[in-house]
Amino acid sequence: MSDHGSIIYLEGVVVDYDGFKALNNLNFIVNYNELRVVIGPNGAGKTTLLDVICGKTRPVAGRVIFGKDQELIGKREDEIVKLGIGRKFQAPSIYANLTVWDNLDLSLKRPSKGVFSTLLGTSTAEERKKITETLVTIGLGDYAGMRAGSLSHGQKQWLEIGMVILQDPSLLLVDEPVAGMTDKETEQTGRLLQSLAEKHAIVVIEHDMEFVRQIARIVTVLHEGTVICEGTVEKVQSDARVREIYLGRQKVTHG
Amino acid sequence: MIRSLNMLSHNHIPSASRADVGLAFWIAGFVLLILMPLLNVMPAEDSWIHLSDFSLNRFGKFLAFAILALGLDLIWGYTGVLSLGQGVFFGLGAYCMGMHLMLTIGNESVYGSELPDFMVWNQVKALPLFWKPFYSFPVAILGAILVPTAFALVFGFLAFRSRIRGVYFAIITQALALVAWLVFNRNETNLGGTNGLTDFKQLLGFRLSDPGTQRALYVLTVLCLGGAYLLCLWITRSRAGRVLIAVRDSEPRVVFSGYTPANYKLFVFVVAAALAGLAGMLYVPQVGIITPAQIGVLPSLEMVIWVAVGGRGTLAGAVLGAVSVNLGRSLLTNYFPELWPFILGGLFVVVVLLFPDGLVGIMRHLKERIQNMRVTALSAEEGLR
Repeated sequence: MSDHGSIIYLEGVVVDYDGFKALNNLNFIVNYNELRVVIGPNGAGKTTLLDVICGKTRPVAGRVIFGKDQELIGKREDEIVKLGIGRKFQAPSIYANLTVWDNLDLSLKRPSKGVFSTLLGTSTAEERKKITETLVTIGLGDYAGMRAGSLSHGQKQWLEIGMVILQDPSLLLVDEPVAGMTDKETEQTGRLLQSLAEKHAIVVIEHDMEFVRQIARIVTVLHEGTVICEGTVEKVQSDARVREIYLGRQKVTHG
Repeated sequence: MIRSLNMLSHNHIPSASRADVGLAFWIAGFVLLILMPLLNVMPAEDSWIHLSDFSLNRFGKFLAFAILALGLDLIWGYTGVLSLGQGVFFGLGAYCMGMHLMLTIGNESVYGSELPDFMVWNQVKALPLFWKPFYSFPVAILGAILVPTAFALVFGFLAFRSRIRGVYFAIITQALALVAWLVFNRNETNLGGTNGLTDFKQLLGFRLSDPGTQRALYVLTVLCLGGAYLLCLWITRSRAGRVLIAVRDSEPRVVFSGYTPANYKLFVFVVAAALAGLAGMLYVPQVGIITPAQIGVLPSLEMVIWVAVGGRGTLAGAVLGAVSVNLGRSLLTNYFPELWPFILGGLFVVVVLLFPDGLVGIMRHLKERIQNMRVTALSAEEGLR
């Protein structure tokens, strides 16, 4: 099953928190160069899904295959990072007292990140070019010398996305990127993720249906730890069970 | 575009420009290395600009402390790892040097024995084996740096591997200071017990009571401080220095960026220990005594206060804090000896609450205000035209 070209393949995954099944026999497949949005009500297991992929949470059953045949269960978080899975946390996690440029410079993938090579290392022209390109991609071209802590909330989120893509991951996990953003920032974030999807596979967790409609090609709906529906936005929104879950739980369903 | 971005990336020190730091370094170097010794040697002793032997010697002690403060600033100010045990590394360096000085007293001692006086007093018949290498001056010098370094390497390795951080690290380093104090206090340790090591006579044949010897030790201390400062400056301006700040800001993100924070913490902890050892080594011949009271819990805490008062994460602040707090202590203990602990404690509270960036922060703030006033004055003039 796993050799049909998927970048991440989860089969029968169970995560058990003292009897509560955060993920219950979950099957989830994302293909290369896909931008996948995962939605679902609170407690549906969305963040747990990302935790399982990046090694933070260990499932009690199931398989998690990255790329062709790389089993991820049992690997440490930093090993999984090195395999090529980057994660953008929900709250912005950046280095507030360094400049935007240095935030990106430290995140850039390099052959060695040991103390002594870092002590002696200088940037090559090619590395600087990569950082500059990323600065432009994330819309912070004019802020390279600014202290990252002084950026707006939205800019911090973009900076962290830039930090993650400079690690050159083949799979990008993004947890609620637009929470707390203005409408304009939300729209820009959508465009950013779409442009990144040309080179990376991306899994986005989101609550904001407006945003989901803007970026999604295929949406996966989680409920009580399993996938209950998967397909285009239109298909998902017209699905009876999805409506049932959302109506009464959320005020606005845009259904 | 690319070019302008690169320029920005190299001028990333926000508040103090490189030119400012360079200028301050050369001015401080001139005052400490040339002006102060000259004021000691040249003017007549009753002249108002004459700097007494006592004052110069006292200043040498402060500058030795400043070397230690630089190391503490690396581990605490930059990396955010609070060590309350720097006195231990200082003590290890100081005792290595002190042992050598004890052995060079020879039969000039009170009891006229080749053995140090306290051993005669404690009825130790033969020199303990671990004392023997310290007959050699090079061994003492190397030991003063390498013993604290090796100790920090082992201790830090265990602590950081076990992911001990934050207040837990502060507590175990404080426990370490207490343990060291207890061990050095015991007569069975054969390091002079409560009275420590003292009554030194000479170093490499030069009499320690001779002002010329003390002046040379002062100059040596200034040179070591300059070297230590440049070393720390180099570390903090390298990419590794930015990793240290990143560890302080967001350690989980550092892991996700592919670094191993434990290795970076161990590296600066060891550098800080080596600098503390160097400070101890320079302190002993200038002050003439080292006792457990100078390496325990309280002195280790005071060292933290120096850095806090001067301003964390600035290097210059560490030097400034070590010198100014100790100068304040020297002056104030003359007048109000019993009040000093309260003054020191009060100072710490005031700094933490009101001036979290210390003296350096205050100076930067004043500088910005002056610049702003200039800008406003200029734009007002423009407006008049």
